[in-house]
Amino acid sequence: MSSSPPAPRPIVDARGLWKRFGSLTVLKGVDLAVAERELVFIIGPSGSGKSTLLRCLNRLEEPSDGSIHIDGIELLNPRTDINAARRRIGMVFQSFNLYPHMTARQNVMLALRRVLGKSRAEAAELAGRALERVGLGERTDHYPAQLSGGQQQRVAIARAIALEPRVMLFDEPTSALDPELVGGVLAVMRELRESGMTMVVVSHEMAFARAAADRVVFMADGQKLEEGPPAQIFGDPQHERTRAFIRQIDRH
Amino acid sequence: MENFVFAFLNADIVREAWPILWQGFLYTLALSAITVPLGLAGGVLLALLATSGPRAVRLAAAGWTDLFRAIPPLVLLVFLYAGLPFAGIDTGAWGAVAIGFFLNTGAYYGEVLRAGIESVPRGQMEAARSTGLSRGQALAHVVLPQAVRNVLPDLVSNTLEVVKLTSIASVVALPELLFQARQAQNATYNATPIVAAAVAYFLLLWPLVRVISRLENKALAGR
Repeated sequence: MSSSPPAPRPIVDARGLWKRFGSLTVLKGVDLAVAERELVFIIGPSGSGKSTLLRCLNRLEEPSDGSIHIDGIELLNPRTDINAARRRIGMVFQSFNLYPHMTARQNVMLALRRVLGKSRAEAAELAGRALERVGLGERTDHYPAQLSGGQQQRVAIARAIALEPRVMLFDEPTSALDPELVGGVLAVMRELRESGMTMVVVSHEMAFARAAADRVVFMADGQKLEEGPPAQIFGDPQHERTRAFIRQIDRH
Repeated sequence: MENFVFAFLNADIVREAWPILWQGFLYTLALSAITVPLGLAGGVLLALLATSGPRAVRLAAAGWTDLFRAIPPLVLLVFLYAGLPFAGIDTGAWGAVAIGFFLNTGAYYGEVLRAGIESVPRGQMEAARSTGLSRGQALAHVVLPQAVRNVLPDLVSNTLEVVKLTSIASVVALPELLFQARQAQNATYNATPIVAAAVAYFLLLWPLVRVISRLENKALAGR
């Protein structure tokens, strides 16, 4: 028995996650724990299950087996109010998924009004502040079609952070962007990280992972093969599959 | 030529038949005001069931839609009005029209709206749900507005057909425009009232036709 006080419960605590699509098994008993203010990067070849793992963490994908606690909430318990739980879990998608029929501000306002029950004036105020935070204070009345991909992704981040989530999930947030637009999105993510946001990021931005991640998780074939600080995973990977993957990435 | 004008464009006949033609026109307006909203309500319901329900519900909605698209609306209406009383159910003329159009028109609107809902990318629902919106809220605020916009020309087109279809209400003794025009024709031995009815339909529906053209041009330009 250790005499040190028990470590605080991680904000994200997923254990033994399995996900089957018919005869295809995408997740094979994955554990993932993320502490408060930690930034965890998940890397791995396509088809490794990393996006599915992320999508399980807010139950956009229903795990076939396992348990998930987010900020102490038992996510997979059928009695859990999933809508209430999701407002504490922000999600950013590869394809932005902004509502095209609403302006940037309205995109951010929708959940503030309908989920948190804010008045129109208060929601507009909060939305404006969130958009300012991602550097789009001047673009609040633009429709998504009038914004660049990078700006759209920043609106999507504002839409999520306006709800003041306990953890943010990023599913390949820069993969759909032209190279010159990636920097703006990463800058916003860096600012979020510095403000103490707990983040789980699935991405191929290895330079960003090296600079900003506390921990890197390498997945392949639905399993977590290796994890550790970025210096170790990128500098001295232990597993053969990790070494092969890092070599391949570095060549690009 | 004189005969033609006398038989088809006879001003005296129009003057004489005007009161009953006008009454028919008002009936057609009233029928449209009932059948279009009812059909739309049925269509929204069917489209939601066909896209969002459990598998059994989706199949049932699809079967229901097929059934009422295949039954001629005239047959349906006659059955409701003249057949159901044998089972002790008397809906009355307006009731038969309301139910019949809810079933028939609802099936058509339902198909259009289902296509609209399916045209909205899955990511829209996922993004909305990820912010904590319920399925219903996500449908109402995110998916349906885009679905309707994507199929607006088809919806307006369908509405046009519904208004024209209200002329079948004459078989359940509701004196709508066409019925009244035929009454006038029979009373005057002259075809002018029919021409007048056609003009009235045209004036009523032409704005809708223009709206469709504009929407379609806009959709093409937006591509």
